[in-house]
Amino acid sequence: MSIYSASKTIGLPQSAEEGAAFAGRPLSLPIGFAAGRAGLLAGVAWAGFGLSCLMWQDLGDWSRTRQLAIAAFVIAAGIVATSLGGGRLGRFAAGLQRRAPWLLALGLLLTLWEIATAKLAWLPLPFFPPPQAIIEVYTDDLPKLLDSVVASVKLQLGGYAIGAAAGFLTGVSIGWSRSVGYWVHPVLRFIGPLPATAWLPFAFFTFPSSWSASTFLIALATAFPVTVLTWSGVASVSNAYYDVARTLGATPSFLVLKVAVPAALPHVFVGLFMGLGSSFAVLVVAEMIGVKAGLGWYLQWAQGWAAYSNMYAALIVMSLLCSGAITLLFRTRDRLLVWQKGVVKW
Amino acid sequence: MVALAAAEPVAPAPAGASLHVEAVSHAFDIDGTVLPVLEDVSFAVKPGEFVALLGPSGCGKSTLLRLVAGLDPPRSGTLRENGQPITGPFPSRVVVFQDPTLFPWRNVWDNVALGLEAQGVLKRQRHRVDAAIDLVGLSAFRKAYPHQLSGGMAQRVALARALVNDPSMLILDEPLGKLDSLTRITMQAEIASLWQRSGFTTLLVTHDVEEAVFLANRVIVFSDRPARIKADIAVDRPYPRHRGDARLAELRRNILGLLGLDVTW
Repeated sequence: MSIYSASKTIGLPQSAEEGAAFAGRPLSLPIGFAAGRAGLLAGVAWAGFGLSCLMWQDLGDWSRTRQLAIAAFVIAAGIVATSLGGGRLGRFAAGLQRRAPWLLALGLLLTLWEIATAKLAWLPLPFFPPPQAIIEVYTDDLPKLLDSVVASVKLQLGGYAIGAAAGFLTGVSIGWSRSVGYWVHPVLRFIGPLPATAWLPFAFFTFPSSWSASTFLIALATAFPVTVLTWSGVASVSNAYYDVARTLGATPSFLVLKVAVPAALPHVFVGLFMGLGSSFAVLVVAEMIGVKAGLGWYLQWAQGWAAYSNMYAALIVMSLLCSGAITLLFRTRDRLLVWQKGVVKW
Repeated sequence: MVALAAAEPVAPAPAGASLHVEAVSHAFDIDGTVLPVLEDVSFAVKPGEFVALLGPSGCGKSTLLRLVAGLDPPRSGTLRENGQPITGPFPSRVVVFQDPTLFPWRNVWDNVALGLEAQGVLKRQRHRVDAAIDLVGLSAFRKAYPHQLSGGMAQRVALARALVNDPSMLILDEPLGKLDSLTRITMQAEIASLWQRSGFTTLLVTHDVEEAVFLANRVIVFSDRPARIKADIAVDRPYPRHRGDARLAELRRNILGLLGLDVTW
């Protein structure tokens, strides 16, 4: 540790930037202390959550309260140990330090949730289950939940892949060929803006199975934004690029595959992102109405049996899946579009 | 210089192409009105010659270059390369535009490789890409993306992308127009020495009189739109030239006079 950084550590950081610069130095003392303090507080919050589980008697009959408390204590101990261990744990500790304020907030929220439901029933009980009830779903109803996840993922993947491929091809064709545009554009304008869910009744009696009907609907919901954005991407490629490629001896197929498509990719990814969002909506509705499997169906079933903790458990899983899918899409985009500056970090 | 002289017989320079522009006229349709841009333009360029096309901004010089490149067909008249009519773009005639127009999704190497890739010969001739990048002095930036390059570097990449095709005619459409004056001076000298070494015919559109007389064998001066040839001036000075050359200064004054801009000289 140089004299310079030692003297620097005496004063508190004057600005957020300076503070960040401080945090980059894992061994400097006050920061170790400040970030460690947030970590320690987070640990206390999680321990508090564990205590809140055990301190009072549960108002209902939940079998996982003790285990939940133990898990909370384990997490609290982990957070505290990592905060104190600091530099020796490297990147993991650094990541935890960055997230310490969030961990603290989460610990407090869980404590509040536990007290407000299981202990004092400030929130009406069957509708707002405590954390341990949701844990109970994950431990006791896991097979059915997993089956639902698998069914949803399969349906979504199939429909999305078909829709994305069809949308991409249609978009490139409309953007490239005037005659394709002449015929497809009016159809696109007529059918595209219709919400895919409006096709539900039609799809369920036209297709041989509810599975194929849902695949069609998801593909439809995906294809529209992908088509429009791909098309606009191809159409907005600067003529200068084509001129350059043509003077260098490019064939028409080279112009499409190596100029139009790569230039349009940023737009295509916006379309894929929008398509993903609207296809999630169709997936859940299709599963609630027609398909006898999947998370949408699980939600519907849980609600029918007033199994509210199952409903929340499924919602949490669904949110993780959707967010994971978008993360995956953005990672793919970042990899393919490294040449782009200033893209949104998801 | 010794090394260059020794290298020349080993690697024969590609012969420059001749160009014949015969009674070419061209016009644009803008909202139904016909706007003539070129009127009965005729001139010939000998193989290996460096000809500058000079004229006021927007007079139609760049349009003429597009016709020579084969990007657009003329309304009337004929253009011939080595006696053959020009009917479309061909990689023996490559263009360097005012904007580098590098493909932002390709790094420097892949941008330079574009022509060879489009012609389907890249797999066998990867060394030519490396050589072209070395030629413009950007070996250290092979993997860089266009957004990481300065304006001058990007234009060098565009030059390498053209030269990699061993053109018999290099068409330069104000390639240095947007560069700062120091970079421009450096690159003018580089273009002159590249042209001398390789022997391709060069056609340069510019509105910089000094650049025209410094680089070219001949300066063709165009009138305001629709462009007609006003004068065809031989620059009878040997290379390498010096900017302070009294004869070049005199020519510059004459040409500015033709353009009606000699008052401040």
